[in-house]
Amino acid sequence: MAQRILSIIGSSIALIFSIVLFSLVWQNGTMVIQAGNWEAPYGITMVSDTLSATLVLLTGILGLAISVFAAGSIVNARARFGFFPILHFLFMGLCGSFLAGDIFNLYVWFEIIIISSFVLLTIGGEKAQIEGAVKYFTLNILASVIFLTAIAVLYGITGTLNMADLSLKIAAIEDKTLVNICAMIFFVGFGIKSAVFPLYFWLPASYHTPPHAVAAIFGGLLTKVGVYAMIRVFTLIFTLDPFLENVLMGVAMLTLFSGAVGALVQRNLQKIFSYLIICHIGFMVAGLGMGSTLALTGAIFYMIHDIVVKANLFMVGGLLYRINGTSNIKRMGEMYARYPLLSLLMTVPLFSLVGIPPLSGFWPKLSLIMGGLETGNYVLIGFILFGSFMTLLIIAKVWAEVFWKKKEVTNPPANFRFFEAHTQREKILILIPIIFLSILSLGIGFGAGPIQALSERISGELSDVSTYITIVLGEKSN
Amino acid sequence: MEILLALMTGVLYAAGIYMILRRSLVKLILGLILLGNGVNLLIFLLGGITKGKPPVIPDGPAVLGEVFAAPLPQALILTAIVISFGLQSFAIVLIKRAYKVVKTDDLDEMNTTDENA
Repeated sequence: MAQRILSIIGSSIALIFSIVLFSLVWQNGTMVIQAGNWEAPYGITMVSDTLSATLVLLTGILGLAISVFAAGSIVNARARFGFFPILHFLFMGLCGSFLAGDIFNLYVWFEIIIISSFVLLTIGGEKAQIEGAVKYFTLNILASVIFLTAIAVLYGITGTLNMADLSLKIAAIEDKTLVNICAMIFFVGFGIKSAVFPLYFWLPASYHTPPHAVAAIFGGLLTKVGVYAMIRVFTLIFTLDPFLENVLMGVAMLTLFSGAVGALVQRNLQKIFSYLIICHIGFMVAGLGMGSTLALTGAIFYMIHDIVVKANLFMVGGLLYRINGTSNIKRMGEMYARYPLLSLLMTVPLFSLVGIPPLSGFWPKLSLIMGGLETGNYVLIGFILFGSFMTLLIIAKVWAEVFWKKKEVTNPPANFRFFEAHTQREKILILIPIIFLSILSLGIGFGAGPIQALSERISGELSDVSTYITIVLGEKSN
Repeated sequence: MEILLALMTGVLYAAGIYMILRRSLVKLILGLILLGNGVNLLIFLLGGITKGKPPVIPDGPAVLGEVFAAPLPQALILTAIVISFGLQSFAIVLIKRAYKVVKTDDLDEMNTTDENA
């Protein structure tokens, strides 16, 4: 019990700090700290530009929501093996990787994230968890090795690890062959982490196995760290040449396609959401790949929306599992007749994901498509529309199966606790984060103006890296 | 020395990838360990090798005068070794647990999480 209260208090404090950081960065622009007062590029640098501050803020919000949800849904057996401390290590790793201004430091934060996620994934030791963990583990370690290889090559070319310094040194290199190879190694490493085609197979094999609180943080933030790293590296360190743009856009198309088709045939609700994560990573990679500021704005907005909605979806999935005693949508049913208010609440994340205007998924897709028209990538626009349409189809199917259809007899595992059997306090703890995140995604949808302005500011900062470099390196760079 | 190290790195990468592609869980972990060592050697190699010139400032001058061995790659490798040690020990416990729970070490038989139900 004490662990749960401490976890909620800790997350609240983290949220307060992240709000302070965000408002400071919003007012004063990019902030930087040099660890141990060793000047960049020699020391370890932590940088917070608007993108980092926004993502740290989202981590804070999600951290609080998930702490509350976990306090209501995690069984004591898991808490005894240190579930809550590890959860907070994961949050620390996430914030650290968003703030790292040094590529090797980013690698270390990535390792903190993956080691905590391994423990969260395996704690409990059920058969499905262990099997999922073997796949998750292997591919994530492989991704780390590839990432480290890329760092080694980059260090070999430039002799520095500070991202701002790297940006200057890479720009000064005449022969881009080795630089492009290095960029591709980075892309493969981050591609595994963010689950793009054809490197996503670990995700649907593992994301439905852990408790729903863990799946929510994984689904909301872990793949987005890969996308964040990709955005950071391909805007700051490497400049996108036509070859890299084509690779990114091609991968985005195939990711959109395979994620959508994969989700279509699944019957397990958590697996449907897992495939939808893959599908929607495609939107962000597409926005990055088009190489226009407008499309990048769309990608950033999509990331903000997606982090909130995906985490909420996995929590909704957990609630549906608790109510029905199964995750198989063929066996669920009658939710609307039995729980009309709860169903109304669940429409928010489900239909925000589809992006029915004015819900939050609509606005970033508008920017993405306008960016596509601007750069003349009509095939990619076709795939973006296809991905949106398939999402609509899948969510409509889920809606019909889970909320309207007649419920079938389920045979839940022995001593399964249905939602009705939970105590009042547990019910409140499970419902509060879902309500909170639903209100937040409604807010993103109806208040799209400020979020669009925020995304435009971020993509403006990413497109013009000179401010970032000047602030990190001081006046030396001029 | 560089050529030897380059060959060694290549062999470690090749052997590691070959081992990962095998079906046994133990070979999978061995492959990951080999890859981890390969990448450490790669950092060492690409950081530039200087023989017998430690970056230690002698009495008298305030800075290093001549060419010296860069200490940074070694610090990076040390960090990477510590991290991979932690991950590997977790991996070994995990495969022991996986063998007990799933009762096989054949990766092809670990496919219940992919079933559509």
